[in-house]
Amino acid sequence: MGDPLVTLPELIRGVRGARTQAMEQELVQRECARIRGAIRAGDPQAGTTNLTKLLYIHLLGYPAHFGQMECLKLLASPQFHQKRIGYLGAALLLDERQDAHLLLTNSIKNDLAHPSPCVQGLALACLGSLGSAGMCRDLAGEVQRLVRDAPAPVRRKAVACAVHIVRKVPELSDIFVPICDRLLKERSHGLLHGTLLLITEMCERSPDVLNHFRKAVPRVVEMLHNLEVSGYSLEHSIMGVSDPFLQVRVLRLLRVLGQGSEEASEAMNDTLAQVATNTETSHNVGSAVLYETVLTITAVHSAPGLRVLAVNILGRFLLSRDRNIRSVALTSLLRLVHVEQSALQRHRATVLACLRDPDPSIHRRALDLSLALMTGANVRTMTQELLGFLETCPLAMKPPCASGLLLAAERFAPNKRWHIDTMLQVLTMAGSSVPDDAVSRLIQLIVEAGELHPYIVRRLYGALARDISQQPLVQVATWCIGEYGDLLLADSCEEAEPVQVEEGQVLALLERVLQSHLSLPPTRALALTALMKLSTRLPGDIDRIRRIVSVFGSCHDIELQQRAVEYNALFRKYDHLRASVLEKMPLVKAEEEEGAEVVAPGGQKGASSSSTQEEPSQIADLLDLLGGPPAAPLVPAGSDAPVAESLLDLLEDVTTAPPIPPLTVWEGDGLRLDFAFQRPPADPHLLLITASTSRTSPGTASGFLLQAAVPKSLQLELEAPSGTSVPGPDGAPLSQRLRVRNPGQAPLRMRLRVAYTPPAGVPVQETLEINDFPAAAWQ
Amino acid sequence: MIKFFLMVNKQGQTRLSRYYEHVEIHKRTMLEAEVIKNCLSRSKEQCSFIEYKDFKLVYRQYAALFIVVGINETENEMAVYELIHNFVEVLDRYFSRVIMFNLDRVHIILDEMVLNGCIVETNKNRILAPLFVLDKMAES
Repeated sequence: MGDPLVTLPELIRGVRGARTQAMEQELVQRECARIRGAIRAGDPQAGTTNLTKLLYIHLLGYPAHFGQMECLKLLASPQFHQKRIGYLGAALLLDERQDAHLLLTNSIKNDLAHPSPCVQGLALACLGSLGSAGMCRDLAGEVQRLVRDAPAPVRRKAVACAVHIVRKVPELSDIFVPICDRLLKERSHGLLHGTLLLITEMCERSPDVLNHFRKAVPRVVEMLHNLEVSGYSLEHSIMGVSDPFLQVRVLRLLRVLGQGSEEASEAMNDTLAQVATNTETSHNVGSAVLYETVLTITAVHSAPGLRVLAVNILGRFLLSRDRNIRSVALTSLLRLVHVEQSALQRHRATVLACLRDPDPSIHRRALDLSLALMTGANVRTMTQELLGFLETCPLAMKPPCASGLLLAAERFAPNKRWHIDTMLQVLTMAGSSVPDDAVSRLIQLIVEAGELHPYIVRRLYGALARDISQQPLVQVATWCIGEYGDLLLADSCEEAEPVQVEEGQVLALLERVLQSHLSLPPTRALALTALMKLSTRLPGDIDRIRRIVSVFGSCHDIELQQRAVEYNALFRKYDHLRASVLEKMPLVKAEEEEGAEVVAPGGQKGASSSSTQEEPSQIADLLDLLGGPPAAPLVPAGSDAPVAESLLDLLEDVTTAPPIPPLTVWEGDGLRLDFAFQRPPADPHLLLITASTSRTSPGTASGFLLQAAVPKSLQLELEAPSGTSVPGPDGAPLSQRLRVRNPGQAPLRMRLRVAYTPPAGVPVQETLEINDFPAAAWQ
Repeated sequence: MIKFFLMVNKQGQTRLSRYYEHVEIHKRTMLEAEVIKNCLSRSKEQCSFIEYKDFKLVYRQYAALFIVVGINETENEMAVYELIHNFVEVLDRYFSRVIMFNLDRVHIILDEMVLNGCIVETNKNRILAPLFVLDKMAES
């Protein structure tokens, strides 16, 4: 090539001196080309230098796979220096997916038998990091021999290599088990370290080995004890703790051995207690050992006193000034919280104090832990603290905090008023970070809390008057003002806020919300609807409302425009209906399906019913209810007993009431019609009838059609049948579902018309009247 | 298990990288860039353990150099913190001059300490013994 050989330091200097990315790339390309040329030329002397340069280039992120064969060549060279570089290159450039990997096997095998321990060590290290399953199987015997017989430094590496073998090929652990027993008696720390690691790996993978080594627990415990009391040893102590890495390793093994076994755990109890109390925690080292001890204590079946000790240690960690320790303590406490509730409550104050720490990751963990520590007893104080936190926390933390608070409030609220108060506070502070369903949940809660309406609406009015930028709060407030506006103006309210609210003020506020640019389209829609409702509730003049509504008749937003036009129509042509349309909302059940079914049956305002069904906004359920039928009798809030069903019940069709006996409606002419009844517990007015038709004599009837009618006070819906031909007695019957809605619980009567063509030929039509439904079907 | 071991300077350039689990080359650069960004943006007040994707990062700063180790959940983070410090002390003892011009030696030291993601040797003398042998052989 002619160029003088560039050494690694020169290359590094060159790369660092490159001022731009392009220059660096150019330099690297040139060097790669030179290296490629040298490899092809097969120059042995420069081999190592080239390879080291190549490794550096690889470090920078450029592809260097052309150096793989060079690695293998260097590996096989008799010179130690070259071998070393070759192995290093192999470790960095090769892995199981490359084809050149297999060629390593032979080299490693030869090197394992090499007389020099350093070379053996190299080969073991390489096998330990790169070995594929096949290689491990081939060479496991060799490794085992080395573990037994070789000189000390090689044994250490052989044990570490054995760990890798066991990971890759778990079945091979059998050959290493007997050796480990012997190795446990060794004194050299390095060897012990590797042995413990090997035992841990084997035990984790195979329960038989685990049982075998449980017998070794006393030996291991003794080892830990010796470490504890051994005092200062120059070689191994770090900051006064003797060989902390080994201690941690022993503790981890004890954890694996003790899990699930009572006697093993008992044997460790004393030593664990001793380590826990004697370890110095002034430095990170001692804390590391203590942390591992705590993890072990909590994982095995320790004595209760020991567990309390562990929790107290964690509590002490929380008070430490070092952030690392605090975050580690918080994480482990979070894991423990379900197991050791009572012990943890003592540290609640410290956890709450962590909320004020400047480190955000600690905040996050402290928040999770505080939410987990909340119980019925301490909910008020904890909520106070968390609300304070919510006010000051950074924006990224607001959503989890808000949703956590809302969930906790729901689970533990001592009474409705506190619950609603808390939700209002969360909404005020968290603004737009609350989860989407918070608005609807809150509204539902408000509707349920009948007696608190005056108080609620006053508070909401006050909050809205102060600030109209927090969208969820504005939505809730406008809805409530619309519903309960009359209560707002009434004088009788025993709360400590004797604010006199004028009608004009209310309307002005709603107008402000409507016109503010901060309001989202759903909010505006709600405000418009609220205004309409007020037109019936407030005694004052409605011209103002009319004016506002008609202004929006030409608004750009389609939804608002549509509503405004409909409301205008309400004012003009259907004024007599306005009062009944805008009556108070019935009690909302906790299911959207209920809302979807209460659809106006082709109501008076033809335009509005179709439009309400198309509402895409997230408060679609509310809008459905609003457009709901005034024809359906409005059930006042108090009389409905079953409330607050969880959403899970929505999907349950299983009746908890005693099953209603099925009814054979008609039998004749080789055909039989049965009704099976079901009353879903979620909806007391709904009756599901499954009509099954089957033939009693052989042959198939075709063209089967069932029509049904019910008295005027009930509603009926027929679903599509499973087919139109009724098979013979051995086929599956034809089935069709009918849904009867009976809000007034009137006696159920039904008229049926059945049409079919029997196998004989002539089409038949039958009319039936059924008056004897079982009483449970409609009561 | 230790997933990777990185030494990065303050400008974000990788000085040493060792992966104990296979990661594609272009993914490595992306991974390193993200990890470095996470670590450099931490102030002195914040704790040294960061959660990143599905593993934890333990980092420690020494003057202009950051050492970052990625571990999975089974490892004791504080032990790894000590390991980093041990490693730096070993480097101190061996290298009289600036480290970076002898990258292969640093790799060798690291290999002595950590094998396939597990800590195998923590005694400084024993770690440096093979290196002295190597040096003697190279001179002769």
